[in-house]
Amino acid sequence: MSNIEERVKKIVVEQLGVKEDEVTTGASFVDDLGADSLDTVELVMALEEEFECEIPDEEAEKITTVQQAIDYINANLG
Amino acid sequence: MSLDKHIALVTGASRGIGQAIALTLGRRGATVIGTATSEAGAAAIGETFSAEGIKGTGRVLDVTDAGGVDALVKSIGDEIGSPTLLVNNAGITRDNLLMRMKPEEWDAVIDANLNSVFRLSRACLRGMMKARQGRIINIASVVGVSGNPGQANYAAAKAGMIGFAKSLAREVGSRGITVNTVAPGFIDTDMTRALPEDQRQALLASIPLGRLGDAADIANAVAFLASDEAGYITGETLHVNGGMYMA
Repeated sequence: MSNIEERVKKIVVEQLGVKEDEVTTGASFVDDLGADSLDTVELVMALEEEFECEIPDEEAEKITTVQQAIDYINANLG
Repeated sequence: MSLDKHIALVTGASRGIGQAIALTLGRRGATVIGTATSEAGAAAIGETFSAEGIKGTGRVLDVTDAGGVDALVKSIGDEIGSPTLLVNNAGITRDNLLMRMKPEEWDAVIDANLNSVFRLSRACLRGMMKARQGRIINIASVVGVSGNPGQANYAAAKAGMIGFAKSLAREVGSRGITVNTVAPGFIDTDMTRALPEDQRQALLASIPLGRLGDAADIANAVAFLASDEAGYITGETLHVNGGMYMA
């Protein structure tokens, strides 16, 4: 497991209050992890802080699964 | 009703209602950042705070400058801590009968009074969401609810603030953030002192409590809504008008 993947999953666990084993890479924040729309906004905020970056709104809207978050970070910061 | 834990950002704090709000919050223990449009105004706010033993400072802000709003909120976050209490008070009037109202008069009032609330609230929300607490208090006006000839622009902006507050209250309630509006009636300020005597008398006759309000009357209502004691109040409009309009 890459370092980025671990860090992303840790943030998802903290932000959404879910168990580690629920946070599979394919998990959807809303459909699988019970996030509401405000949770997803907060999740992006937390990712921005963890990785010290700014994720534009139009990109943030496309991040709906754990894998997409990992991919975004890898592509833009990795 | 101590406000010790709060870092308060009050726009338009150099005089009138905004000044009274800033001082009242400061006396109750909040660290206050009061904004003014000029360097001199900001410096005067800082001096008044020092003289009163209030923690905080005056800063320059043009609420119609989106970049300036973001930069100010960021620098407050870096230097003092993210604001947990935002009072959207700054406002202007450009009164005119609608038939004569210029587009610039309409736009200026909507921008300074309503668009500013969007800018400031958006900038401050991130810190409040993280802190899982926050208070946003908009200073509207009785005319936003009652209407007033010659003030279609001002009344529209003030009514807009109320709808904004109700919507945002629904969005962020789950994060411990409340959003409320205080709607002052006629308050004894530079603005109302400019009225002709006959208009002033007619106005007084319409106020059951028989006097214009003091800026402190508004400040006390804001301090209440900012307090822990008001924690279950959100999306509300508190009318402070001596009874001249009862919602």
